[in-house]
Amino acid sequence: MPNMSPKKNPMPSQDAKVRARNFEEVALGYTAQTALDEADRCLNCKKPLCVEGCPVGISIPSFIQKVKVGEFEEAYRIITESSSLPAVCGRVCPQESQCEGKCVRGIKGEPVGIGRLERFVADYHNANNTAAPQKPIANGHRVAVVGSGPSGLTCAGDLAKKGYDVTVFEALHTAGGVLVYGIPEFRLPKAIVAKEIETLKALGVKIAVNTVVGKTVSVEELMKEEGFEAVFIGSGAGLPRFMNIPGENLKGVYSANEFLTRVNLMKAYRDGSTTPIQHAKRVVVVGGGNVAMDAARSALRLGAEKVYIVYRRSLEELPARREEVEHAMEEGVEFKLLNNPVEILGDENGFVCAVKCVCMQLGEPDASGRRSPVEVPDSEFLLACDSVIMSIGTSPNPLIKSTTAGLEVNRRGGIVVTEETGKTSLDGVYAGGDAVTGAATVILAMGAGKTAAKAIDEYLNR
Amino acid sequence: MYRILEKRKLNPTVTLMKIDAPAVAKKANPGQFIILRTDADGERIPLTIADYDRTAGSVTIIFQIVGATTEQLNHMEAGECLHDFVGPLGRATETDGKKKVAVVGGGVGCAIAYPVAKKFFEQGTEVHTIAGFRNSELVILEDEFAAASTRFVKMSDDGSWGEKGLVTDALRKLIESGEQYDEVITIGPLPMMKFVCKLTKEFGIKTVASMNPIMIDGTGMCGGCRLTVGGETKFACVDGPEFDGHLIDFDEAIARSSMYKPFERAAHEATCNLFAKEVK
Repeated sequence: MPNMSPKKNPMPSQDAKVRARNFEEVALGYTAQTALDEADRCLNCKKPLCVEGCPVGISIPSFIQKVKVGEFEEAYRIITESSSLPAVCGRVCPQESQCEGKCVRGIKGEPVGIGRLERFVADYHNANNTAAPQKPIANGHRVAVVGSGPSGLTCAGDLAKKGYDVTVFEALHTAGGVLVYGIPEFRLPKAIVAKEIETLKALGVKIAVNTVVGKTVSVEELMKEEGFEAVFIGSGAGLPRFMNIPGENLKGVYSANEFLTRVNLMKAYRDGSTTPIQHAKRVVVVGGGNVAMDAARSALRLGAEKVYIVYRRSLEELPARREEVEHAMEEGVEFKLLNNPVEILGDENGFVCAVKCVCMQLGEPDASGRRSPVEVPDSEFLLACDSVIMSIGTSPNPLIKSTTAGLEVNRRGGIVVTEETGKTSLDGVYAGGDAVTGAATVILAMGAGKTAAKAIDEYLNR
Repeated sequence: MYRILEKRKLNPTVTLMKIDAPAVAKKANPGQFIILRTDADGERIPLTIADYDRTAGSVTIIFQIVGATTEQLNHMEAGECLHDFVGPLGRATETDGKKKVAVVGGGVGCAIAYPVAKKFFEQGTEVHTIAGFRNSELVILEDEFAAASTRFVKMSDDGSWGEKGLVTDALRKLIESGEQYDEVITIGPLPMMKFVCKLTKEFGIKTVASMNPIMIDGTGMCGGCRLTVGGETKFACVDGPEFDGHLIDFDEAIARSSMYKPFERAAHEATCNLFAKEVK
């Protein structure tokens, strides 16, 4: 008889007041006992809708059936048939709009905690199984992957499992892309990312760091001189956007990418780090996405007394995951909704001292269906602060496009691909993730990496 | 790992290193830069490429000891390895089609001015180099410049090397004496470049300035290196590092470069104390 409790087993977490001051992981993970209990809530549907909701199509009921009977390693094996980064996805996927969003248990109560179970299984494996995965038999074909973020790692993992000789080229000094420079330690410990990458290396994937494709080597050279038969471009989102309002280049104004890179990749939060960061007292984060939440919560942990999120629409339109918004609120981040910055003011030393904002109201829905915000006349006010973090998205990086003749991009600069295969305008060149879609989620990038891996396999076996 | 092939002290605070980095050497061009880290926990610092040898696979960097990382780098010896070395980043200097140029370098900026002068000189452009240092002790690359310039003007603040005065004095003199330049290229401290650009604007001579702002990734991802050029925000790492000097907002660039001064000073002192302890 399944567990008919209408609620998920709650995720044990650090207390909000405590965690708001440290960089340790917020969610602590299920125990084996809780995992068994939660797995019992799965009805093992004949037609599992959850699988349809998963961008990489994990056999969710099958792995949960194994958790139910305590066969955690077998559950892990089932997950890794479809996902190369289970410990990462269990933590950062927006399950509420994917697998869990489709779960029938969600109709009358809460869905099965699929993400939490996935995380449990992956953590169990990483803690208990030290044996390296078996290296597949080589098939003699070489594939280059540009970028070691979620799409690149997934593509590399899937191809390596099929016996391809895969090299991943990474511009930074550490592999992981947004998983290491963007998503903070308290949401995704870097040791977990490193472990997932070690697993890929054990499968035979080679990782060449400090290589900027488009500068150090071009896509064409990879194919014509270095002997790669296919290339997957997963180079990520690119250049941070700014609002183009006065004062954006004052000292103390960061893009979220810069702020998070200093904190995460360069470990500026640690005492004695060689990379400087401003330990601001009052921080204004502009934007409402997951990255804005990450920046706000990081600022709090660096010792800020007050952190504001300034977002021009209302709570309903806030694009960040509900869970992230709740976590931020619990930790004390203050949301200034329906507010928009119009100017950043500086002091006599060129440091930020305030943001001038206006109040907004929601007007008619625009083409995207979202109600567009309109300024309320004479509603200006000042928000005193000593740091501003702009988190309003990115525009594609021109490096690869400008050095790859014939690579078609769209009006926004995203690489044009055939959706079903990830194929670009060039033969043998595939792309996926934020480089194609613009800023999206880890799991969508992984889905694109997976699609491309399958297409590359078919292309090289045609 | 990137081996240090050669280390040479150019003056008390400026050091030259040749680094084994064939992939970077293969693609390097004057005006571009690299980013390095000395060790696994190190800071990423950008340094402009001072020279390269495609056959030997080496890239030359010249750095001034200003902070903790350059101090640490200066304590490394030939045979040791840098943890990371990535490049070439940024856009190369555009040298095509110029018949006569003035290259104006100041201090350690001359390290970057040199490969630019050399490239122009090798392609047959008439190169007038003006190099400025505080005093004769700080002079670097004198022979190299002499070999890569049609005309070489030496300036120092105290008159101990060449003429006494600023590089802008020398440049004004040359222009007023009737020299006509297709372009002026200036590389050095921000205030120097600001005044070179002010001068050339007066005479309507196209001027390119090489910017070296605070930077992290060097690929356009962080935007930390942004500056205002002609009213638009530009990223030095992907749009530069060279920009039209008449359009750069130098005052803003000068302000931004001081963002971490107190931190840098403290970190440098801490590193020096650490090395002093080791010596004892």
